[in-house]
Parts: sequence; structure tokens; C-alpha cells
Amino acid sequence: MQNLGIRILFEGNNFLRLLGGLLVSLKIAVLSMALSVGLGILLGMVMTSKKRPIRIFTRLYLETVRIMPQLVLLFLVYFGAAKHLNVNFSGQMAAVIVFTFWGTAEMGDLVRSALESIPVHQYQSGFALGMTELQVYRHIVIPQTIRRLLPSVMNLLTRMIKTTSLVVLIGVIEVVKVGKQIIDSSRYTVPDAALWVYGVIFILYFVICYPFSRAAALLDKKLKD
Amino acid sequence: MKKKLLGALLGITMAAGLLAGCGQAKDNGGNTGGAAAKARTLSEIKDAGTIKIGVFSDKNPFGYVDSNGKIQGYDVYLAKRLAKDLLGSEDKVEFVYVEAASRVEYLKSAKVDVILANFTVTDERKEQVDFALPYMKVALGVVSPDAALITDVAQLKDKTLIVVKGTTAETYFSENHPEVKLLKFDEYQEAYDALLDGRGDAFSTDNTEVLAWALQNKGFTVGIESIGNLDTIAPAVQKGNKELLDWINSEIETLGKEQFFHKDFEETLKPVYGDEIDPENLVVEGGQV
Repeated sequence: MQNLGIRILFEGNNFLRLLGGLLVSLKIAVLSMALSVGLGILLGMVMTSKKRPIRIFTRLYLETVRIMPQLVLLFLVYFGAAKHLNVNFSGQMAAVIVFTFWGTAEMGDLVRSALESIPVHQYQSGFALGMTELQVYRHIVIPQTIRRLLPSVMNLLTRMIKTTSLVVLIGVIEVVKVGKQIIDSSRYTVPDAALWVYGVIFILYFVICYPFSRAAALLDKKLKD
Repeated sequence: MKKKLLGALLGITMAAGLLAGCGQAKDNGGNTGGAAAKARTLSEIKDAGTIKIGVFSDKNPFGYVDSNGKIQGYDVYLAKRLAKDLLGSEDKVEFVYVEAASRVEYLKSAKVDVILANFTVTDERKEQVDFALPYMKVALGVVSPDAALITDVAQLKDKTLIVVKGTTAETYFSENHPEVKLLKFDEYQEAYDALLDGRGDAFSTDNTEVLAWALQNKGFTVGIESIGNLDTIAPAVQKGNKELLDWINSEIETLGKEQFFHKDFEETLKPVYGDEIDPENLVVEGGQV
């Protein structure tokens, strides 16, 4: 019986299909994360503004993203945009847009708190040396912020990788969906396939998330030295 | 000074967002050949050379992906034939894998031309999409473990019944039997896993589906073989896409003359159901129920 279950993974090109699905998940997560980091850093700087309207506006954006389930956003962008705005995104494109929208808000808030945690005298010392505001950010504030940011950014990235399992609902075939297809196509012949397939998916998620947290730890160490 | 910088940054952020947005939109418009929520007409499909058909990818034996990654099943068999008769080759179909709960949305947003995903005809759905002539008929069935077999709806009182969101079983039980507790899942696989784990007392969906499943899973029996109304399953197109609808209707009538759906049954359903089910109880030829 046990042999039966694992056999399913090596039937046809099932295992390759699972890896293909994993690649789709990873592509969406990494692309969205790259965009989120870029846009989030800018947003974070904007969020430290002293201007009330700007603060209210960014706060509103952040809270909207936090309150709205990602699934609702996915449906809005995938189906809603096609129906009401005549903009027909592919499933993967819609996923990247939503994840970037979400990631930018989260990232912005992380950057804001990291920026605010930099003591005022760091800025003042920079100005005292005759640096412009841009130079102070570039040479003093941002390098320090990055180190404080790393752990939470990695956390956000792994969360994003795991949340990609939602995109199946807008027709993107990622790793979990491929797993379900494999389980279903063999459900009359291999009833216990579910355990094996989900077990492998669990390992696959670990295999892609672990290097990221290792890389972050190494980078952190390097920055410290 | 600081304010100026922040203002500039805000401007850059917004501009970047706008640019990214436009770039993406344009990109995609190119791929899909002009985006519109209005479904493609018959001649537009012919010009494009492929028809987009929404099918299930995890509902064996109606629509499922085999171990070589190829889509198979009763619905798929029909989809390929439609493509062959409309566009000259059964490879001219682009399959879109849909979920039960979002089938209507796929049509409304014109993401697909036709839905062939075991779509049961209901009055509620008729207001949202246009159904063609039926090619199958079903009622609901309830499967439960032999140890606590449920043979009558009355037995379900205060028990947990598993259903899949967006299916006729969900509507039927919530409207007619509010005393039954429903445990809802997005996908069939999850629902079956829940039944196997004992998270619910029984599972209800189309009788074809539960009969096939019970055959392969020892210890489970379909206690209620037919409940609810006799429903039909038909292809669906976007509301108002008359040209395409008429073509599918005439195609189904023509196919009826060659007993196409009996052949479809033999090829895709018989290996699963064996002799348990009489094809006359399932197959509808030429749209004549």
C-alpha cells in the first residue's frame, strides 16, 4: 500500500509537472517581492512625512490592503478589471499586481518603522558634515535601515511564496493545484495519493523557503562585519 | 527642503506605479488581442483560430489531467469535438482550468468563450449566463461511511454535510434543508479528503460523482442515490452571445444523430463506472431529455 502511494509521483511526468508548478509559484512571489521592495522603500520614506494629508493617504492605503483579503483583491483585478475596465489581465499578471500592491504596503510600513528607529542624531551628524538630505539618506540612513529590515523582509517573502497557493482561484496552475490534479487523476487507482503528494509539496516549499532565510542570515552577518 | 524632497518622492512613487500599471496593461492587451468584457463572437473565434473553453482539471472523469499532463474526460471529449467541427482540428482549443465557484465569472469577464465544466443548468444561473442544449442529466447523491450510512435526508438533521461551494448541492441543501449543517470547500479534492478524515458525516454532490467515488473507496456507500430535481448539464456561453449559442445548439443536435454522447460515455465514463450506471440515466442525445 505504501509503495502504491509514492509510485504516483513517478508516473508519467508528474514530478516534472510539480516542479513546473513550483516555478510558477516562485516566479510570482519573487517578481512581486522585487517590485514590492523597490516601491516599498519609496513608500516608507513618504510615510515618514510630517504632512498630514500624505500620512492619512498612505495610512489609508496600508489599512485597505491589510483589511482586504488577498483573495478579494485577486478577484477584483482578474475578473473585476476585465468586466468594468475592459482590462484583461492574465492570471499570472493579476497575481503579480495584487501581490505587489499588498507587498508594497507591508514593505512601506516596515521601511517606515525602520527609518523611524534611526536616532535623530544620525541625521543631524550628517547635516553637520554638510551633507544634503539625499546624501544623508544614501550614505547614513539607508545602509543602517537595510540591516534592520532584512529579517522582516525575508518573513514577508516566505509569506508571499506561501500565499501564492491562492492564485489557483484565478486559474493560475501553481504547485498546489498541480498536486490536486495529480491526486484527482489517480483517485480511483491510488486513493492514498493525497498524503504523498502533499508531503512532497511540503518538502518543496521548504526547499525554496529555506535558502532565502539562509541567505538573509549570511547577508546579515556580512553587513555586521 | 525636507518637504520638497518628500513631495518629489511621492511624485516618483506615483509615476512609477502609473508607469508599471500602464506597461502591464499594454503588455497584456497585446497578448489577448484587445481586451473587452464582451465575449468573442463566432466569427471572431474563427478569425483567432482557437476557441477558449473552460473545463475542470480536477474532476475525474469529466475533466482531469492525466499523468502526462494531458487534459481528459467527458467534457473534454466534447470540447475537442467542438473545436474540430468549428476550427478544423481538435487541437485548436485552448483549455482554461476553472474552479466551480468562479465559472460564471469566467464567462462574464469574457476570459473564456464556452464553459464545459459539468455546469448544471439552474434558474439562478440562467439569469447570468446562456445555456445551450443539455448533453447530460444528473440528480444529487449523498455518500456516507458504511458504519453510519445515511439513507434518508431526515437522518442528516443536525449532522454535518460536506458540499463544494458553488455547486447545486450547496444551493439545494441551504434552501430546502436548513436543519443540515453544511461544511463548505472550494475544491472537490478537499471535500473528499474531509469525508475520509471524518470531518463531516456525509458528502453530497452530483450522483454520478459520488457513485463513481464510492465504487473506488471501500467502506463508503451512496445511501441516497437521487435527491433534488433531475438537473441537466449543458455548455454555457456569455449572456447574449447568441451566434455562438446557436452554433453550439445546432452542433449538439447534429451530434445526436451519430449518438456522439454514447460514444463519449463509452470512452470516458464507462472505465470508471463500469456497469453500475445505465448510460440512459446520464447521457442526453441531441438535447432531448
